[in-house]
Amino acid sequence: MEFFVQQFVNALQLGSLYALIALGYTMVYGVLLLINFAHGDIFMVGAFLGVFGSITLDLPFVPTLVLSMVLTGLLGVGIERVAYKPLRQASRLSVVITALGVGLLLENGMLALTGANPRSYPQTFITTRVYDIGGVAISNVKIIIIVLAALLFAGLYTIVQRTKWGMAMRAISYDKFAVPLMGVSQDQIISLTFLLGTGLAAAGGILWGVAFPVLNPYMGLRVGWKAFVAAVVGGIGDIRGAAAGGLLLGFIEIFVPAYGDSIGISSTWRDPIAFGLLLIILVVRPTGLFGVARRQKV
Amino acid sequence: MSKRLFTLVLTLAVVVAAFGSFPVVAQDDCDFVGEVVVGVIAPLTGDIPKVGQSTVEAANMAVDEINAACGLTVDDESYEVVIAVEDNESKAESSVSVATRLIVEEEVIAIIGPQASKQAVPTGQVANDRETPMISPWSTNPDTTFDRPWVFRAAFLDPFQGPVLANFVAAEFGATSAAVLYDVASDYPKGLAENFRDAAEAIGIEIVGFESFTLGDTDFSSQLTSIIAQEPDVLFTPQYYNEVPLIVQQARELGFEGPIVGSDSWGTPDLIDLCGEACEGLFFSTHYAPDIATEVGQTFISAYEEEYGAKPDDVAALTYDAFQLLFTAITNANSLDKEDVREALAGVELFEGVTGVMSFDEQGDPIKCAVIIEIKDGAFTYYDSACPAGFPPE
Repeated sequence: MEFFVQQFVNALQLGSLYALIALGYTMVYGVLLLINFAHGDIFMVGAFLGVFGSITLDLPFVPTLVLSMVLTGLLGVGIERVAYKPLRQASRLSVVITALGVGLLLENGMLALTGANPRSYPQTFITTRVYDIGGVAISNVKIIIIVLAALLFAGLYTIVQRTKWGMAMRAISYDKFAVPLMGVSQDQIISLTFLLGTGLAAAGGILWGVAFPVLNPYMGLRVGWKAFVAAVVGGIGDIRGAAAGGLLLGFIEIFVPAYGDSIGISSTWRDPIAFGLLLIILVVRPTGLFGVARRQKV
Repeated sequence: MSKRLFTLVLTLAVVVAAFGSFPVVAQDDCDFVGEVVVGVIAPLTGDIPKVGQSTVEAANMAVDEINAACGLTVDDESYEVVIAVEDNESKAESSVSVATRLIVEEEVIAIIGPQASKQAVPTGQVANDRETPMISPWSTNPDTTFDRPWVFRAAFLDPFQGPVLANFVAAEFGATSAAVLYDVASDYPKGLAENFRDAAEAIGIEIVGFESFTLGDTDFSSQLTSIIAQEPDVLFTPQYYNEVPLIVQQARELGFEGPIVGSDSWGTPDLIDLCGEACEGLFFSTHYAPDIATEVGQTFISAYEEEYGAKPDDVAALTYDAFQLLFTAITNANSLDKEDVREALAGVELFEGVTGVMSFDEQGDPIKCAVIIEIKDGAFTYYDSACPAGFPPE
């Protein structure tokens, strides 16, 4: 029982991180029908801005988090303006290729700026404490990650569902030609989407760096595509789907090695089984857990 | 604006790329009749860049020293030693392609590198097929040199290191049970994990957990929770310096209080920066300890410290030894023919290097001692030595 609860907490931490990053993919896709393949690298930039804030500026945790979210959010808006906006009428393939290019630019730019040596946050950033609750070891880092991720998701959900901005975002997602006719600026809403999505990626980056304190310019690659898979499985375009997909991936990745051994499967089989399960979900529900089929208007 | 930024980034990238090839200071007062090109393959970018940096620094030192002494003498004529450095990005496929390039285009007399077994095992095949001597300074996986007469190494082997560590945990901690966590996608950790398991079981230590993860993973909480539930006396993890801090910190966060033991891949000083307090008091086995260096070692260590402002790590020491082995072989062969150099290398006996005395066996593997290091007060400190039976001969 303790073993199960411990693994449950482990999974909740990993899943929350995947969910935070998956939200950015799903929001951009919802509004622009664009798969922003640079998102994983934006997550990496957010984590590195955390190094900048905590070491160069010597800021504590919360100001560093806010600083990184704001700067990364602005970077996201900038990338959209410079790289994606000119291609809004172009074919979707061109935009996807551009996104891949932006990702490579961020990765190698960061490599050139900071060098290839891995970085970490200072020891004082968050002093790890471990609480033993009935045989289950829970660290303050895990609590912070899980709670903060839940709060950020709740905040985002409120913005999207309860504010006029959110209504405009949902409207563009529904019909991007009719919305400008109603006097809503499409550019502003798209910028807002990028601001929120990349800001959450930055939060994910810093929390990731706190949980796994070895940062390098390539860290966004694997995490990025896993979060992308999570967004697709959840139903890309729906923010509840991104959260559910992220948590699901986290749970599968933790529980397959945790219980695989007892049925004769070694931990080596984690990825084939994890992604096999996700494939089965997509076969049963091609639009993902929360997705609805979009009909092509002719 | 974006164009300017792009230019800036591009310029920086070029600077970084250029950084890979250091100029070699030539001596004017020696009459060099030609050059001897030695290929160096190192992970300058990728997962373990510090290893690449140490390689290049030690290589430059070895080459500068020999050129200051008028290079290599073959048939009473002096040849200047030049190195051609290639980055393998810490990837096996890049390593294979740069090795081919070095052999075919640069026409190197020998290759020093690659360092990690993941790259050294496939690259050894290329060197062997193209009949070019290769010395991997750091690779400890047996497959690197196995059945490859052209491939040598400067490090001891994992089938030796595994028992050294098993004996150590039994003697030091009185361990009766142990668990292993390793990367299944990388030759070195996988091989060593198995060697340790077999050696530990042979001396009566029960292996209660043998868990793996895969390349690029950062979350080990699932495997560690399973391991901790079995209550092992020690945890052994033969991983690199970029993964060890994550494993140690997560194990502690999950409530593991026993000792965590590692292998020579831990021995990069960056480990201490990344791991901090968490790694204090842990032990690992490696190739040399600066505190017990012989005279040859002391000379190298002080020269290295003067040049680069830091103590050489095991990669630097082994790379330097690999170069000295090559120079000794060329001098002994008195020839620049690759076959003659190979024969001379195979015949090296009781060579005195920075990392101790070594002789090559018939597989091109050195017979030498290992040391146990303790991480103490934020530094790698000598703790104990372990030698093969009857070596070095009195």
